[in-house]
Amino acid sequence: MSTTNGTTVLSAKDYATSQEVRWCPGCGDYAILKQVQSAFAGLQLGRDEVVFISGIGCSSRFPYYMETYGMHSIHGRAPAVATGLKIARPELQIWVVTGDGDGLSIGGNHLIHLLRRNVGLNVLLFNNQIYGLTKGQYSPTSEEAKVTKSTPMGSIDHPVNPLAFALGVDGTFVARAMDRDPQHLKEMILRSHAHQGTSFLEIYQNCNIFNDGAFEVFTDKERRADTTIYLEHGQPLRFGPNNEKGIRLDCFRPVVVGLENDGYSAGDLWIHDEKDVCKAHLLARFFDGPGQEGQPALPRPFGVLYAAERPTYESLLHGQLAAAVEQKGPGQLDELLAGTTTWEIR
Amino acid sequence: MSKAIEVQQEVTIKFAGDSGDGMQLTGTLFTDNTALSGSDLATFPDFPAEIRAPQGTLAGVSGFQLHFGSREILTPGDDCDVLVAMNAAALKANLQHLAPGSAIIVNTDGFDKKNLRLAKYENGENPLESGVLDGYEVIRIPVTKLTREALIDSDLSTRDKDLCKNMFVLGFLYWRYNRSLDSTLDFLRQKLSRKLALLEANITALRAGYHYGDTVEAFTTRYEVKPAPLEKGAYRNIMGNEALVIGLITAAQKAGLPLFYGSYPITPASDILHSLAQYKHFDVRTFQAEDEIAAISSAIGASYGGNLAVTGTSGPGMALKTEAMGLALMLELPLVICNIQRGGPSTGLPTKTEQSDLLQALYGRNGESPIPVIAASSPADCFEAAFEACRIALQHMTPVILLSDGYLANGAEPWKFPKAADIPEIAVRFHEPRENGAPFLPYERDESYVRKWALPGTKGLAHRIGGLEKEAGTGNVSYDPANHEYMVKIRQAKVDKIADFIPEQELAIGPGEGELLFLGWGSTFGLIKSVAKDLLAEGVAVAHAHLRYLRPFPHNLGRLLQQYDKVIVPEINNGQLSRVIRDEFLREVIPYNKIQGVPITKAELKGFALQVLSR
Repeated sequence: MSTTNGTTVLSAKDYATSQEVRWCPGCGDYAILKQVQSAFAGLQLGRDEVVFISGIGCSSRFPYYMETYGMHSIHGRAPAVATGLKIARPELQIWVVTGDGDGLSIGGNHLIHLLRRNVGLNVLLFNNQIYGLTKGQYSPTSEEAKVTKSTPMGSIDHPVNPLAFALGVDGTFVARAMDRDPQHLKEMILRSHAHQGTSFLEIYQNCNIFNDGAFEVFTDKERRADTTIYLEHGQPLRFGPNNEKGIRLDCFRPVVVGLENDGYSAGDLWIHDEKDVCKAHLLARFFDGPGQEGQPALPRPFGVLYAAERPTYESLLHGQLAAAVEQKGPGQLDELLAGTTTWEIR
Repeated sequence: MSKAIEVQQEVTIKFAGDSGDGMQLTGTLFTDNTALSGSDLATFPDFPAEIRAPQGTLAGVSGFQLHFGSREILTPGDDCDVLVAMNAAALKANLQHLAPGSAIIVNTDGFDKKNLRLAKYENGENPLESGVLDGYEVIRIPVTKLTREALIDSDLSTRDKDLCKNMFVLGFLYWRYNRSLDSTLDFLRQKLSRKLALLEANITALRAGYHYGDTVEAFTTRYEVKPAPLEKGAYRNIMGNEALVIGLITAAQKAGLPLFYGSYPITPASDILHSLAQYKHFDVRTFQAEDEIAAISSAIGASYGGNLAVTGTSGPGMALKTEAMGLALMLELPLVICNIQRGGPSTGLPTKTEQSDLLQALYGRNGESPIPVIAASSPADCFEAAFEACRIALQHMTPVILLSDGYLANGAEPWKFPKAADIPEIAVRFHEPRENGAPFLPYERDESYVRKWALPGTKGLAHRIGGLEKEAGTGNVSYDPANHEYMVKIRQAKVDKIADFIPEQELAIGPGEGELLFLGWGSTFGLIKSVAKDLLAEGVAVAHAHLRYLRPFPHNLGRLLQQYDKVIVPEINNGQLSRVIRDEFLREVIPYNKIQGVPITKAELKGFALQVLSR
C-alpha cells in the first residue's frame, strides 16, 4: 500500500491475506489468484466493497486468500448464497468462485437459475476436469472413458460443455480463459468485472496432481496455435502459427479454411460478434476432439463468446420495492397489525 | 311471518363438499362474519392434497369446521352440531362426527345415482330415504336447482352458475344465524371487481339463500349466539400463517432491518410466501428460490449482508435445508427457519397436521449443532412466536427454528392485535467501522458468548467466514484439537445462555402443584387447556403448562415437573417431547399420542386423563 497525493494506492499484494496459501505446489489456482489480485489492483477496487463467495472444493478455498470480505459456504450453494447477498446489498461487488464439481455437479441447479436470473455478480469457474480435494475421481467435465479411482474401467459419463450450458440457460456474459495465459486471463477478469449482470468465466486450470496436462493440447507451445482461437469482437476468426487459417460459416456449419492455399481472404471469414447469441452457440460447440467426420479439428475458442445486456435481477426486485412504496406509501405497522376488518370489544 | 329466535351458547358447524365446491372459502367467509358478530371461535380446515380430487368421491371431500360461542372457545370442537353436506360423499365422510340430534343441511341435488355410487352407498341405498338419518334434524334443500333458478337471468354458463351454490348455502346460514351479509358482500365486491357477471351472480345466490330461509315456512327457528366475554380491545380474525407473516414484518420493523424471505413452494407453508410478497412496501424482499436448499442458502447470504433473513418450509424441505442450517450456526449469523409441520415421514400427508418434526428440529443435523427451537401454540400466537424467534436470532446471532403446523397455519381465531407503539424495539449490534488497521476479531464474544454482526461494506472489517472449524476470536480456519472442543462447547453455551433471556415457564391454567400436569407444545394448546379446565371444574388438581421454548427450556421447567404426581404429555406424534423430557430431566412422563393427521379430540384426552387418574 502506498500513498500518492493523500490517496491510498493498493498493489496486488494488498489483496493477499495473511493466511498461508494451501494449494498443491504447481497448481493452476496460484496463477488465477495472482491475476485476480493484479486485476483488482488495476481497478483499485475497495477491499471492503468486494465479497468472494465459494462452495466446496480446491477452488473454493479462494476467499481465504483474498483480503476482502468472503464466505466459504457449502458444496454447490455459492450461487444461492450470493443471490441472497446481492438482493440484500446490491451495491456490493460479488464474486463467486466455483469448480467443475461444485458448480456443474452438486451445484448445477443453482448455476442454471443464477444465470437465467442475471444476478449482478461474477462467476469464476475453475475447470480442471477432476475432483481434486477428494483425491481424484472423475468430474462432470471429465472426458469419456477417463480412468480414475472411481472409474477403473473408464468413465461412461458424457461430459458437460460448460459454455454451452451457460448459453443454454441464457447467461448474458459467457467467456473462457486459461491459467497458462495470464495476460488474457487478466483481460477476461476485467471484462467480467465490467459486465452488468451475471458474468460466467470458465477458466481451464491444470491440476498437476490428479489430472496433469488435461489442457496441454491448448497450452503446449508447439500445438496451441493450431488448437486455440482467440476471439475479438468485430475481428475475423483467424488462427494458426502465422494466422494463416480461419473459420468460415458454410450455412450453419463452421469450417476451417486456409487463407494462403485455399483461395480464401479475410473477408470471407466469420466476423466475431459478441452480441450474436446464435453464433455464440456455435462457438460453444467448438468443443469436440480432432477428426470429426474427416474435417480438420475446430480450434477451442478463448475470449468472450457472448456479452449482452439484460436487466439484472436485483434491479428488477428493487424496482418493484420502490414501485410498491410509490403505489401504497411506506408500510405502516399499525395498519398491518389491524388488517382490513376489525371490531371493538368494550 | 315472524320466526322464533333461539339463543345458543356454542355451535360447531362443518362445511363439507367436493374439493371444487368452494367449502374452504365458504367456511372462511362464515368465520369472518362470525368473528365480527363478537363470538370467540376456532377453526379447522381439512382438505385433500389434490387440488381437484376425483369429483363426488369420499377421497375428494373437503371440510371446514368452525366452533364458535359466547364463552371461551379453545378448540374447533370434537363433534358437530351442524353439518352442511353438498353431496352424498360429504355426508358419508362426516356422519360419524355428528353429535346426536344435530342438524344436517343437505344439498339434495348431490344425491343422484352417480353421487350415491361414487360415495359407495351400496345397492342403490339413499341415506336421505333409508332411515340412517333418523334422530337428526335433516334440512333438505335442492341447492343446485334453486341456485340455477335464482340465476335464470344471468348469461353465465350452467357450470359457472353451479359454482355459486356455495353462496346460496352461505346465505341460508346467515339467515339461520341471524347475521348481516355485509362482510361477504364487501369481500365479493373486492374480489370480483373485474368480473361483474360473476359478482352479480354470487350476490344473487347469496341473497337467494338468505331469502329462502326467510320465506320457506318449514324453517320456524333462527339461532343466535351472543358475543363472547373477550378481553376489552380491538380484534381481528387471523389465520396462523398470516399471523406469522405479520410477526416477521413487525420484528424487521422493530429491528430497523429489511426483511428477506427465501422460500420454495410447499404445503402448508406457501401462503407465507404469497402473503409476504404483498408487503413489498414494508421493504420485504421475497425470493422464490429454485429449491429448498437455495431458499435457505439465499437467506444465509441475505443475513450475511445484514437483512433479517427468514426461510420457510415444511418437513421434507427441512430435511433438505439441514446442511445449510449447520452452516448458519457455524457462521453464527441470525436466521429464522419456519417449519410448518405436516404429516411425515417423506412426502407423508401434505395437507394433514402433525407435530412430528420436533426431534428433527432439535437433533437433525451433523455434528454438535445446537439451534434454539420455538413453537407457536395457536393461530394468533404465531405472531408472538415469529417475533420472538426473530428477536432471539438477532440478539444471539444464531439460526432459530420456529415450529408451526398445518392446523395452526390454516386455523383461525380472533386476535386482540397490539399497537405498534407497545411492541418493544429489537436492539441489533453491528461492528463499527475501523480506521486504524487494528486486528479485527470477527468471533470475539460478549458475556453471553455472542459475536457482533460484521457487515460486508463496512470499512476496515474485511474478513473471511466459512463452514470449516474456526479459531476462537480470529475466525481463521483451525484444525487444532483443543480449539475444536472449545468452539463446540462455546456454541452450545451460547444457546444454553439464551435461557437467561426468556421468561420462566408459566401455567396456562391450574394450581402450582397437584395430581396431574399436562405438558404440551405447539397446536395442542387449545385442546389441552379445555380438557384441563373441564377437569378442574370437576375437582381434579390438574394444571396445564405449554412450552414455547423447546431449546433451551426455561430454567424452572425441571422444578415445575416435580410439583405434580403425574405428567401427561399429549402430542400429535409418536412421543417426541416425552423422550426429550425424560432425557433432560430424568422425569417419567406418560405420553398420549395420536398420529392420524387430525387434532386430538377433547373426549379422547379427557378419557385418557381420567383413566390415568383411575377415575
